[in-house]
Amino acid sequence: MTEAIPRIPLDEWTRSVVDWMTNADFIFDSIEQVISWVLQGLYWGMDLIPALLFIAILTAVTYFFAGRKIGLSAFVFFGLLLIVNLGFWDDMITMLSLILSATILSIVIGVPIGIWMAKSSTVEAIVKPILDFMQTMPAFVYLIPAVAFFGIGMEPGVIASVIFGMPPTIRLTNLGIREVSTEAIEAADAFGSTGAQKLFKVQLPMAKTTIMAGVNQTIMLSLSMVVIASMIGADGLGDIVYTAVGRNDVGSGFEAGLAIVVVAIILDRLTAGFGLRKRKS
Amino acid sequence: MSKIKVENLTKVFGKKPNRALSLLSENKSKAEILEKTGLTVGVNKASFEVQDGEIFVIMGLSGSGKSTLVRLLNRLIEPTQGSVYLNGNDLATVDQKTLRNIRRKDMSMVFQKFGLFPFRSILSNVEYGLEIQGVEKKQRTEKAMESLKLVGLVGYEDKYPDELSGGMQQRVGLARAFANDSDVLLMDEAFSALDPLIRKDMQDELLDLQETMKKTIIFITHDLDEALRIGDRITIMKDGKIVQIGTPEDILTNPADDYVEKFVEDVDRSKVYTASNVMMRPETVQPEREGPRVALQRMRENGISSIFAVKRNRELIGIVDASDVRKLVDEKQDDLTSAIKRDALKVVEMDTPVHDVIELTAETSYPIAVLEDGKLRGIIIRSSILAALSGKEVNLDD
Repeated sequence: MTEAIPRIPLDEWTRSVVDWMTNADFIFDSIEQVISWVLQGLYWGMDLIPALLFIAILTAVTYFFAGRKIGLSAFVFFGLLLIVNLGFWDDMITMLSLILSATILSIVIGVPIGIWMAKSSTVEAIVKPILDFMQTMPAFVYLIPAVAFFGIGMEPGVIASVIFGMPPTIRLTNLGIREVSTEAIEAADAFGSTGAQKLFKVQLPMAKTTIMAGVNQTIMLSLSMVVIASMIGADGLGDIVYTAVGRNDVGSGFEAGLAIVVVAIILDRLTAGFGLRKRKS
Repeated sequence: MSKIKVENLTKVFGKKPNRALSLLSENKSKAEILEKTGLTVGVNKASFEVQDGEIFVIMGLSGSGKSTLVRLLNRLIEPTQGSVYLNGNDLATVDQKTLRNIRRKDMSMVFQKFGLFPFRSILSNVEYGLEIQGVEKKQRTEKAMESLKLVGLVGYEDKYPDELSGGMQQRVGLARAFANDSDVLLMDEAFSALDPLIRKDMQDELLDLQETMKKTIIFITHDLDEALRIGDRITIMKDGKIVQIGTPEDILTNPADDYVEKFVEDVDRSKVYTASNVMMRPETVQPEREGPRVALQRMRENGISSIFAVKRNRELIGIVDASDVRKLVDEKQDDLTSAIKRDALKVVEMDTPVHDVIELTAETSYPIAVLEDGKLRGIIIRSSILAALSGKEVNLDD
């Protein structure tokens, strides 16, 4: 019975599509160029600051902008000192620039898509299943076309992270804007707002907390991609973990893993803190 | 001059609404159309005019289409058919840019759940309408503070909406609408979310503000008492259709159909009727030319124990008791003046609510005098009040 239907050559088709797409080199080259600028810019900026000053600044930012929590600020301070002590500072900065590049790109691409989805139910109906697909496809699979289009290194790592990490930002931007109360929208309209005024003065500010929750998720997902991205040549803490796995070196694997956890907790609490930050009064 | 003129305004919700229009012109009901086409008729050929400076109340139960109707006026909901003329321009056909300008300058709206922006301070909420018009900061702050002063919220400008009570939040909503200086105010169940005491305060305050501001107000409510309290004229809607338009008295005394009649059954009429509705023709005597004997004779003819003394121009002097007059007759006096009493007499104006008159009846044993410019126009006795409150025997000749 099953033999009666010939096997559908999905793999062939995918290959030929990807092969055909590699012809559009110039597009991928320019994308790679942009990512590379963002990456290098971030790395250069963060590398410029001496480690101890960086730690002091981040601790202060945590204290003043994420709810004045002493315990969290202390965790940031000592956690980052531990990373310096373990000798991972430079790798941590490399990893951080990968995560932040992926996050920035996710926001730049994801928020407008989310807004578009919120404005049009047709767009929502089309984009939603694509997002489901992007999130459920095993993250490793993204590495293959990423390498095909962008070669190996940090840039394809960023691409894979963006594809894997962007859906929450899109989803929650859409949700946040749709959740804005009808009366607030009607009020904005009734006073004669233009579409752009309504978006920037009412909808986005009211959706801010929800959008930030999405960005927080995106950062966490990008973070979970760092080890995977190291398989295609991305440097940083992820690479140390990957190497340790190859050498069966549990000691250095644990060290690097712990450093990633510290960074994860800091990023999570910081972005959550920004999202919920009480307006200044 | 009529400020707003609405003609045949219709809204049908659903796909291809034109299918319902021909059925509507055949006078099919909302339920029949829903059954035949699956379309919901929101508003069915509403026509009315609102005068400049009038408070025009649109009332109906939920689902009657009143909130849809008010949104058709500023096109928060696009009309399917019909016209809305504001100062002679048909809003239903103007382009988006003109519409935006009209919303900015000519029509403001106040919402049931206030529609404030939670992330903006009170001041910046009130400034919103001016901000989007590009009015510069200093000027719009000045204007917004003026508005906040009108509604008594000075000192709260740096607070945020969630720090204020419901009543105060709606004052902010009002201030925001006033800040634009538009002539027309659309109020969609503006006080319905407030508790009854605050609601009454807000109604009074709106009436006070209206005294000086003279806006044209279209006020939506489901509360008949509220409608009767603040409305110059009231429109009653049912199933998207206007059932009756009239003054509060019209609605109470001449309900257009059973629906309206049922509506007004439970109303506290004493708050709606005025002294002029329940007064009776007074028996009078003129001391300038009539003496005690005439007075006594007139009381005897009418079977009353006291009579009002007035001047030739009907200006009220006071009241005389039968017993006092008889004494004067016995003493063979010709002048009535010494028997006239003024202190015990209670007087009201033509437009005093009956509610207030009832309280006075307890304080005096004489009929209550109804005056207009000091002249006696009528008298009120307890039985005439009772007759009026039971829904019968009301004077409508004024």
